[in-house]
Amino acid sequence: MRWSVIGWRLASFVVAAGLIALWQVAADQRLVSPVFLPGPDRAWASLMRGFTSGDLLAKLMGTLTHMAYGWLLASIGGVALGAMIGSSKAMRSYVAPTLELLRPLPVSAIIPVAIAALGLSQGMALFVIAFGSVWPMLLGTIHGFAAVEPRLYEVARVLHMSRLAVILKIALPSAAPDILAGMRLSLTVALILAVVCEMLAGLDGLGQWVLLSARAFRSADLFAGVMLLGLIGYVTALAMGAAESRLLRWQAARR
Amino acid sequence: MSVPERIKPVLLPLAALLAFEAWMRLAGVQSDSLAPPSAVALALAGALSDGSLLTATRDTLASAFAGLALGGAIGLVLGIALGLSQIFNRLMEVTIEAVRPIPSVALLPIALIALGFGYRMEIAIVGFACVWPVLIMTRAAVGGIEPRLIEVARVLRLTQLDRVRKIVIPAALPRIFLAFRLAAGIALIVAVTVEIAINPLGLGAGIMTAQQALRPDLMLAYLVWIGVTGFMLNTALMTAQTTLFGRAAVIGDGA
Repeated sequence: MRWSVIGWRLASFVVAAGLIALWQVAADQRLVSPVFLPGPDRAWASLMRGFTSGDLLAKLMGTLTHMAYGWLLASIGGVALGAMIGSSKAMRSYVAPTLELLRPLPVSAIIPVAIAALGLSQGMALFVIAFGSVWPMLLGTIHGFAAVEPRLYEVARVLHMSRLAVILKIALPSAAPDILAGMRLSLTVALILAVVCEMLAGLDGLGQWVLLSARAFRSADLFAGVMLLGLIGYVTALAMGAAESRLLRWQAARR
Repeated sequence: MSVPERIKPVLLPLAALLAFEAWMRLAGVQSDSLAPPSAVALALAGALSDGSLLTATRDTLASAFAGLALGGAIGLVLGIALGLSQIFNRLMEVTIEAVRPIPSVALLPIALIALGFGYRMEIAIVGFACVWPVLIMTRAAVGGIEPRLIEVARVLRLTQLDRVRKIVIPAALPRIFLAFRLAAGIALIVAVTVEIAINPLGLGAGIMTAQQALRPDLMLAYLVWIGVTGFMLNTALMTAQTTLFGRAAVIGDGA
């Protein structure tokens, strides 16, 4: 059983390698102009060169920093606000419908407003990323709090627990799956908004790197940047998935 | 305490708007980023009556839906193929995992040098973003079809094409529609984001122009309008889903 899993995985890697080889052939035969499509060899060389002699590492760190600060700010704010709204029935009936109304708003539309208020600055990027990624966590927390087993609240009342204790010991743990699912969604949003903000405001990061490479028609550098962005998306999703299954292990055991 | 249940949700936004209006008027705030709600409403009415807002909406929705059609079709075909054939699914795994995490806006510069400004570039990026939700959910839906239906198809000696047309698509249709509904939301978000970042077209470009022209009232009017568009699209698709497939399809959202 295990061997067949590994075998399929290997075969799947071979297919991916074959597709990359096809890309190489297409680039070598100049089926597509090399201005648009560099071969994987040139993109790889550009990636390596960017790391050893260029400032690609600094750009990578820039994007990661923007993403991490905005996402962490949104996580703290989203869960705190969500806990406040979700733990009170009155708040839920007054505030939650407004939030549901705002949810389908494409969050990138807030960017011009943020630029007008804060200028083309780091603060603007931080605000936009945090604002955009707060929604999944906020709504996830509210939903999770609303779905807590009512008998747990009854137990808390019998034990005379304070409201804070109820939130920390009962509501937060049982809302954890919804909150973590929201955090995973937010990661993607944070990455996208970080890239857009870097493009618009010229902040140090991969978004600015890929845009400048495209303007200078340096397609190998451009593809190197896109590959790195894909890698960020992949690694952060993987890490979040691992954290999620670890944090929720107690729940899987209970079921 | 005797506030009727139906009025509660309206109170908060109404109070916020009134307080905002009063503060702007009384304090006589002059700002490049804020405008009182009454001025925003006037700007919205103005933009609606001179047709510029409607033209922009048409451009944005046209690109979003063209991208949705393109990406959705690719995702649907691939999803059905991957759902039907375990071998194909396992062989493509690494390739899909490698391409999927690339944030759609990272492709912006590539699309820019390959296709230039305009509809085509925006459609390509929206299409890329829409492939994945449709592919993943169609694959899961097709993979989860009752095996006996497939056996029936085999007994009836249906051709591969008939099998897909008469058994697979009808059986998986509710979840495929759900996938398209989610993808439509993504399409609008990506279209607006592309327009804000770079493409001089549609609502996103309109809001950027208003910001650069230091017209906060018009900018906020665009923001409100974008929100309304997102909300209407979401509501229309939800209604369509409920009437077509009944309530069960909407409740299945969490899956």
